[in-house]
Amino acid sequence: MIDWLMEPFQHPFNQRAILAALLIGCTNGYASAFVVLRKSALKVGSLSHALLPGIAVAILVFGLHDWSAFLGSLFAALLIGLGSLAVSRGSRLDQDSALAILYTAAFSGGIILLRRIGVTQEMEEWLFGNIMGLRDGDLWTNFWISFGALGILTALHRPLLMTLFDAEVAATLGVPVRALNYLLLAVLIVVLISSLQAVGCMLALGLLVTPAATIYLLTDSTHAMFWGGALLGGLAAAFAVLAGWWLNIEQGPSIVLVLGAVFALAFLFSPKYGLIARVRRPRDRQA
Amino acid sequence: MVNPAHESCAHCGHHHELQVEGLAVRYREVDALRDVSFSTSCGACVALIGPNGAGKSTLLKAIAGLLPVAAGRILWRGTKVARWSREIAYLPQRENVDWQFPITVRGVVRMGRFPQAGWWRPFSRTDESAIDRAIGMMGLADLENRQISQLSGGQQQRVFLARALAQEAHVLLLDEPFTGLDRTSKAALAGTLKHLTEEGRLVIASHHDMDTVKDIYDEVLLLHRRAVAFGPVAEVFTAAKLDETFGPPDGKEAA
Repeated sequence: MIDWLMEPFQHPFNQRAILAALLIGCTNGYASAFVVLRKSALKVGSLSHALLPGIAVAILVFGLHDWSAFLGSLFAALLIGLGSLAVSRGSRLDQDSALAILYTAAFSGGIILLRRIGVTQEMEEWLFGNIMGLRDGDLWTNFWISFGALGILTALHRPLLMTLFDAEVAATLGVPVRALNYLLLAVLIVVLISSLQAVGCMLALGLLVTPAATIYLLTDSTHAMFWGGALLGGLAAAFAVLAGWWLNIEQGPSIVLVLGAVFALAFLFSPKYGLIARVRRPRDRQA
Repeated sequence: MVNPAHESCAHCGHHHELQVEGLAVRYREVDALRDVSFSTSCGACVALIGPNGAGKSTLLKAIAGLLPVAAGRILWRGTKVARWSREIAYLPQRENVDWQFPITVRGVVRMGRFPQAGWWRPFSRTDESAIDRAIGMMGLADLENRQISQLSGGQQQRVFLARALAQEAHVLLLDEPFTGLDRTSKAALAGTLKHLTEEGRLVIASHHDMDTVKDIYDEVLLLHRRAVAFGPVAEVFTAAKLDETFGPPDGKEAA
């Protein structure tokens, strides 16, 4: 029994995976508070799908390197994001519709392209992640992304929260709302890309929404949402990697599933905002 | 020239004027406002009155610096209003705000100190005491640690006012402050606005309820894409001028 529990800690690729899960989970969990408070989960989800064609094109043009996938996905997210803005400004369509059209078209193109260039094996990894395949270099990349993203988001905490709460009032108080919105989106995209290897672009959204959404059901404090989200994201991802090893299931889906399970618990049993508490207390009282 | 520590214009010798000259604002291709001119000063309580889509919110946002000015200019104390000013506070319609946002009353009021505290500096004792004073003036002391999701409409409006006070604003721009309030809260808010103007602030609010205009405001700006009339309530708030703004009551309403 003990051997079985301790087994995953003995392989270097497992140790790397656990470390990466902690790192990626923490950063995504922290950033997820911004996604939840900004109510932009769908937008971020669209962008995460838009990463795939970028990876495909980059592999086609530059061959399969770590940096080609990273740059390709970054470029694709930018292109789709700005493209949707251009389409919505240049027509009567809203940005969400434009985004949906662009990213599904691009995603389809990406799948066809990845099949054509014969990297079906890798495609599975790009879609659903392969955290066991991480190398030391990937770990360092993740570390620097986490460091930079957390640094920027923490430093700009005050104006960012004001922007999220009420952008117009924030602007009248001297907050450069538009620049901060672009910066936030850029940081979220980089964080999203950093989680690709762990959970793939189909599941990345789960890691970038669920942690803070769960905490949101448990507390009224924004600080708790940020740091609680980071803690929950990191621990849940690391635990899921272990559980994946013990139960012999894929780590990527396992991470998102564990987070989903914790969310379900909070949804049901949260003392203040849980379903059961609500049913028991028909009229909303103050806590 | 002006002591920056003073709280409102009542304490300084001269009047502060807000002048709007030939203002035009365009949304894409549509003229939201054109040729709007009026001038008022601290100590006045001004009602913006006009039909839906007349540009009331647009005018408030333009004065707040939120919208680009297509023509004309807005002067506050003789200088052109920049993109933002600590002295001008904008209070949005309550329905445009996400009241489920996890933040306390004090947290919202504290945002008013952003111009003073800046991006990183921790809030100083001066900031905190300004926040305390604003919360006290608006009677929110008992509620300061409460989540904004648990407030009534009148309390929500007072939180916005407290934020403007913490900001030490001279001009308060309110978008539909009375809409959706119950009778008691309406009366209380009217009293508060009166008090704030008596202290020397300039209050400009868009207003829908014709029955209460005379009780609350000193001056009226009738607005329908352009300034139909501006002046003291007794002179401007007349049946003839209202007809000109809204269209005759029995005929078709102007769009």
